[in-house]
This record gives sequence, structure tokens and C-alpha cells, in this order.
Amino acid sequence: MRRLLLLAVAIALAGCMEVEQANSGRQSGQTVKRDVPAWNNEPLANGPQWVKGDRASWEGQIKKRQLAQNESRRISE
Amino acid sequence: MARMKFLCDAERCIECNGCVTACKNENEVPWGVNRRRVVTINDGVIGAEKSISVACMHCSDAPCMAVCPVDCFYRTDDGVVLHDKDLCIGCGYCFYACPFGAPQFPQAGAFGLRGKMDKCTFCAGGPEVDRSEAEFKKYGRNRLSEGKLPACAEMCSTKALLGGDGDVISDIYRERVARRGNKGAEAWGWGSAYGQPAKASAPAAPAGGKS
Repeated sequence: MRRLLLLAVAIALAGCMEVEQANSGRQSGQTVKRDVPAWNNEPLANGPQWVKGDRASWEGQIKKRQLAQNESRRISE
Repeated sequence: MARMKFLCDAERCIECNGCVTACKNENEVPWGVNRRRVVTINDGVIGAEKSISVACMHCSDAPCMAVCPVDCFYRTDDGVVLHDKDLCIGCGYCFYACPFGAPQFPQAGAFGLRGKMDKCTFCAGGPEVDRSEAEFKKYGRNRLSEGKLPACAEMCSTKALLGGDGDVISDIYRERVARRGNKGAEAWGWGSAYGQPAKASAPAAPAGGKS
């Protein structure tokens, strides 16, 4: 009878347990899984090229693309 | 370090909705959700009518991030404001906080039930594995991981919509404004999204002033 009572209490209290709801990759100041930076991806074969993992080379190639939005510069080239 | 921003030149926007179509097509945005739209200001007023393309501006101090009760927003290293749809509860607080009306809510069921928030990702996907099927389904295409700029800006035929690092696009805009004789120098939404430049210092109190 006592065992049955203990089991019933354990089952009843199981619902009170607090489950960790944060994502596993949690970092301070960032509540979700940390996104992989764009430069850590392999460049596509037929797309813009950069060195994987090298932020400066990724930024360099995307800057060229940004500057291409300036049509007066494109005309003068 | 790149800080990704959008800038819309109201003098150039011809309201063609090419940016809206490019966004819809690139990200396969569901029916009823408009991540980007073209807004007309002073509609019908001769000489004062302007069109601007509006979406999430990826604010420096994003109000959506501040109000989200489940803290589902995060900022990437490039300054792009993204969110995790697995955490979003579709409460709509971000919609009320956003000065640009960027957060969109798909209808998830009958009686106007709101789904999880959807917004412009600067074509940077979400927290899922880059270029994965799951990322595409939830957030659309991840063009930044392909070394490309957002489709809307790259598609803009008049180059009214500029996207990219704040320094680079503001230089382009400055040069453009100077070339056309300082006409249309307002960068719409930049004050709200990226703040005004901090004042150097408060003026010193005049000597022998009021006691």
C-alpha cells in the first residue's frame, strides 16, 4: 500500500518538473541556435567565389557586388 | 565589418513592384504574405508623390527584438535581424512594435488564426542549416551564403533600392544625390531604423546664467 502511494505521488509530481526549453546551441545574448556565418559556406561552383571560412574574402567579393549597384561607376568602367 | 542595410531612393522608385515580385519568387513567399511592398506617399499630390519600397530594415536597435516575449530574434554577424520560427508563437507584438510594418502573419487556419511570423531575411535564411531544404521552406533562399545580395535590390531596374553594407550604399547614394544637385536627399526610414547621428555634446551653460 505504501509503495503504491509513493508511486502515485511520484507520478502526480512528475508534471511539476520544469523541462529545459532553451535550444542546445544557446549562447549568452543569443537565444537561438547560432547561425553559421555566410563566409563559412562553400562557394557555389558557378557563383561568386571566396575562400571558405575567410570573412575578408567573402566581404571583398560582396563589396564588389554592392558597388555594381552604382551605375555611374559601371558606365565609367 | 559589414552592416547590412537597405536604402530606397524615392526619386528613382517608379513603383514597378519588381522588388516585390523578385522577393516573392526567390523565397516562394506564401499567398497573403508580403515581405516587401511598395508604398506611395502623398498619393495624387502633383510634384510631391513618391514611391518607396518597404520591408524589414534590419534596424540597429530593433524594436521587434525588444518586445518579443519568447525572444526568438537574433542578429547575425552582418547585422541582419533574423528570427527562429521554431520559437515564434505568432503573438503579433513585433508587428505592433515595427515602424515599417515588416512582420507578416500567414493565416494558419479558419477564423483568422495567425501563423508564425514571416518577414524579410535580407535573403539570409534562418537558423537552420544554410541552403538546406528546411531553411528554404521556412525562411526562403539564403543568397548571402551564396555570396549574393538580396534579390529585391539586385533586381531593381532603376537601382532605387540599394542593399548592402551601410557605408557602401550610403556612399553610392551620396554620390547620386550630389550628381543630381542635392535633390531628394532624404534616405527614407534611415532615421527610424538606424538612428540619428549622436550629438557631439550638450551646449555649455552660459556663464553667469540663471541661478
